[in-house]
Amino acid sequence: MNAIASISTPALAVDIEGINLSYGANHVLKDVNLTIRPGEFFAFLGPSGCGKTTLLRLVAGFNQSDTGRIMIGGKDISNLPPWKRDVGMVFQSYALWPHMTVRRNVAFGLEERGVARAEIERRVDIALDLVGLGHLGERRPSQLSGGQQQRVAVARTVAVEPKVLLLDEPLSNLDAKMRVQVRRELRDLQRRLGLTTIFVTHDQEEANTICDRIAVMNDGVIQQIGTPMELYERPANLFVANFLGTANILAGGIVDSGTGRHFVIDGGIRVPIASDATVPKGAKLVFRPQHAGLTGPESPSGNALALPCVIAHREFLGASIRYGVRIGATEVAVDVPFQSGEELLEIGKAATLTLPQRLLLWLAA
Amino acid sequence: MTAILATVSAKRLTATPGQIALALAIAAFLGLFLVLPVATVLYVAFTEKGTSTFTLVNIYDFVRTELFMRSLWNSFYVSAMSVVWASVVALPLAYLTTRFAFRGAALVQTLGFLPLIMPPFVGAVAMQLFFGRNGSVNLLLDDWFDFKIGFMEGLNGVIFVQSVHYFPFILINLSAALRNIDRAMEEAAQNLGSSGFRLFRRIVFPLAMPGYLAGASLVFVKVFDDLATPLLLNVKDMLAPQAYLRVTSIGIADPMGYVISVVLVVASVAAMWLSALALKGRDYSTTQRGGGGLARRVMTPFEAVYGYGVVILILALVLAPHLGLLLLSFATIWSFSPLPDAYTVAHYARVFGESSLYIKNTLIYASIAGGIDIVLGVAIAYLVLRTKLVGREWLDWAASAALAIPGVVLGIGYLRMFYGVTLPDGTPLASFWIMIVLALAIRRLPYALRACHAALQQISVSLEEAAENLGATKARTVRRVVVPLMAGGILAGFVTSFSTAAVELSATLMLVQSNSDAPLAYGLYVFMQSAAGRGPGAALGVVAVLLVALCTFLSQLIIERSQKAKGMGH
Repeated sequence: MNAIASISTPALAVDIEGINLSYGANHVLKDVNLTIRPGEFFAFLGPSGCGKTTLLRLVAGFNQSDTGRIMIGGKDISNLPPWKRDVGMVFQSYALWPHMTVRRNVAFGLEERGVARAEIERRVDIALDLVGLGHLGERRPSQLSGGQQQRVAVARTVAVEPKVLLLDEPLSNLDAKMRVQVRRELRDLQRRLGLTTIFVTHDQEEANTICDRIAVMNDGVIQQIGTPMELYERPANLFVANFLGTANILAGGIVDSGTGRHFVIDGGIRVPIASDATVPKGAKLVFRPQHAGLTGPESPSGNALALPCVIAHREFLGASIRYGVRIGATEVAVDVPFQSGEELLEIGKAATLTLPQRLLLWLAA
Repeated sequence: MTAILATVSAKRLTATPGQIALALAIAAFLGLFLVLPVATVLYVAFTEKGTSTFTLVNIYDFVRTELFMRSLWNSFYVSAMSVVWASVVALPLAYLTTRFAFRGAALVQTLGFLPLIMPPFVGAVAMQLFFGRNGSVNLLLDDWFDFKIGFMEGLNGVIFVQSVHYFPFILINLSAALRNIDRAMEEAAQNLGSSGFRLFRRIVFPLAMPGYLAGASLVFVKVFDDLATPLLLNVKDMLAPQAYLRVTSIGIADPMGYVISVVLVVASVAAMWLSALALKGRDYSTTQRGGGGLARRVMTPFEAVYGYGVVILILALVLAPHLGLLLLSFATIWSFSPLPDAYTVAHYARVFGESSLYIKNTLIYASIAGGIDIVLGVAIAYLVLRTKLVGREWLDWAASAALAIPGVVLGIGYLRMFYGVTLPDGTPLASFWIMIVLALAIRRLPYALRACHAALQQISVSLEEAAENLGATKARTVRRVVVPLMAGGILAGFVTSFSTAAVELSATLMLVQSNSDAPLAYGLYVFMQSAAGRGPGAALGVVAVLLVALCTFLSQLIIERSQKAKGMGH
């Protein structure tokens, strides 16, 4: 922990303003605006091809945007070449130079900055200790495991005390077990350094577990920005609801009659809409599998919404049982906690799906 | 090696009888036509003349003879300087075409190959016309500025011709190495504050070093072994010419030819071993993930002028031998003038008339040699990659070792070993044309082997397992699945063998006994010896270049087609 005191990284805000980027006819980033707060662990999350890596490389200076600007700590860096930006990037492939030892890899950035030799050695030691690899300095990158290489890449980057840390899918080359361990290490390290960090990933679990806030991207557009819980509980649209966790989506139309608004699911079932609910144009009914309940065909008591359905299939997941349930032509998933001894619903039988009004989401594309 | 193969394989049952038989047959072939001839040369060099007593007296004689020591030094000097100048030519071409958005990069890379499809000694003649004491350039210099440059004087001439001829080896290897560098390697350095020349010196160049070294060592070995170029430039005090002259003027009983051969082999092996040592643990291509290759930068106007200037200058130099050859083949008289006096097609008439024999012989020899090479190449690659046969690596090593055996040495070995063996009609086996073919096949085997090896490596084993699972035997699987999938690689191997065998001279020069058996390269050499023969010689040279170029082009076409048909193209 002594090491931490000697690496002094600032906590600076990153402002991305009005970014547009096209490759020929391909509009890769469309009017991207976002602010990352000082010291925040921020994720760009989205499927492959959504523009998240392009945006990260824009911050690092490897791409040029057509419009807009990027500010770090209030200073416009849009026109600086990569080597003058002082943003540390950890590459997906780690990009450790195979012709240099681990120490020389870590020392590289300091040497480029003209730091005195003794100071370089001191800071390399600190950086390697920080990631727990002080004993492997004389190895070649090829002699290290994937997890160790990843840590060297991090050490190499933080050794230069960058203004911002950029992580490009840093966990994708690790096996599942290492991934969980390394992501905790990354989070701890970021917390201790207090360094503003941008993390690019396509894996919602990774983003949810370690990031303070997430920008969900699709097709070059930021869909929503928020904390993991906000995104899960109050997704802004169907894409976000679908991308974070499992979402059941029922298509239908809204009918406004004298008794209030109703949602008529394709197939004819009517669902009353709460009077205070905001329902966007072209909205669909969305709910999470664990928010629904299942009972026998007899109508349940209480004020939950009850929809007739048929059990289509059943999967045992350990803590819960996931039922595939047909409502009209649509199939939805319902998770019921598993309690031993409890009787299970049989496939092919009719049942009743119960939905609590307050957990229903009305989302458009 | 043969014995080990047989007994151990049989005991452990690591291979089918067919595979063992195949391995033994290959071992026998390599033993008879590569290992034994070279061993014979070694044996003669280290025994007293006519006896089997071990002695170092021949070596002592070699060291004591001033001419030989000077030749040894000259060979080293010429090879090293050729590497230096070849690098000077290849480095800017490789760098400019791989790192910048460079118009005509493909053209440069293609033209860069051109020198390889022409025997260097043919280039030597053409270069003399342009750069010699009374060549075009010097005549013009003399006219305008009153001085001449001795481009082609003595050793400098050899260095000049060899660097222009062999620089593609460095260009090809270095370009490939530069292209294979993961873009993230460079970006990581930029991200940490590095740029410009420092970035090149600290990251790009070290990563491309293995490719450069591979090319440079090849150039060194090739120049060290080359026989015809120094001979044609009338430089006799180098090692390979000395070996040839000893054997042809004093006879195959003279031990000095053998000692020189041993020195040639040792130098080749040492150069390759040193480069392998330097490359050890530095094969970076496998340690890199991701892809992309280096980012190509757009040049500033100043850089563009400079870059295109350098490239045009180099290409002019590279194309000079071809242009000279072409002019010469149509020239009536070309002497003491920048350009020929008048033009004629008589040389071509002569070449296609009385000298068409050379062309026919070459086509036959090179085709058979190429055929042998791909059969051996596929077989060895298969045994190495797909079986657990004990000693299979030995076959690979033995076949690849041919790369380190100079043609002169192989020629001398064949003469010594097969001269005593006579055919039924009384002629010695060594003077039978088949021996030329075998020498060519052995010399070009490493190229074909690498091509086949690479092709087989790309084929997933599961494709073969699927065939076996459906009832095909090993032999039928090879015939119906492996060979069709390897077709592109096999063809590439054949063309490399064929086209380089078609212009090979050093082994052939020793083995051709009668003019009627001579291949094109030999005919060229004979023509080029006399001033009167240079016209037809040049015409023959043009035919050789066109022949090789046409074959290469055709094979390229076929490979592309077959890959497209298989959906493997882009």
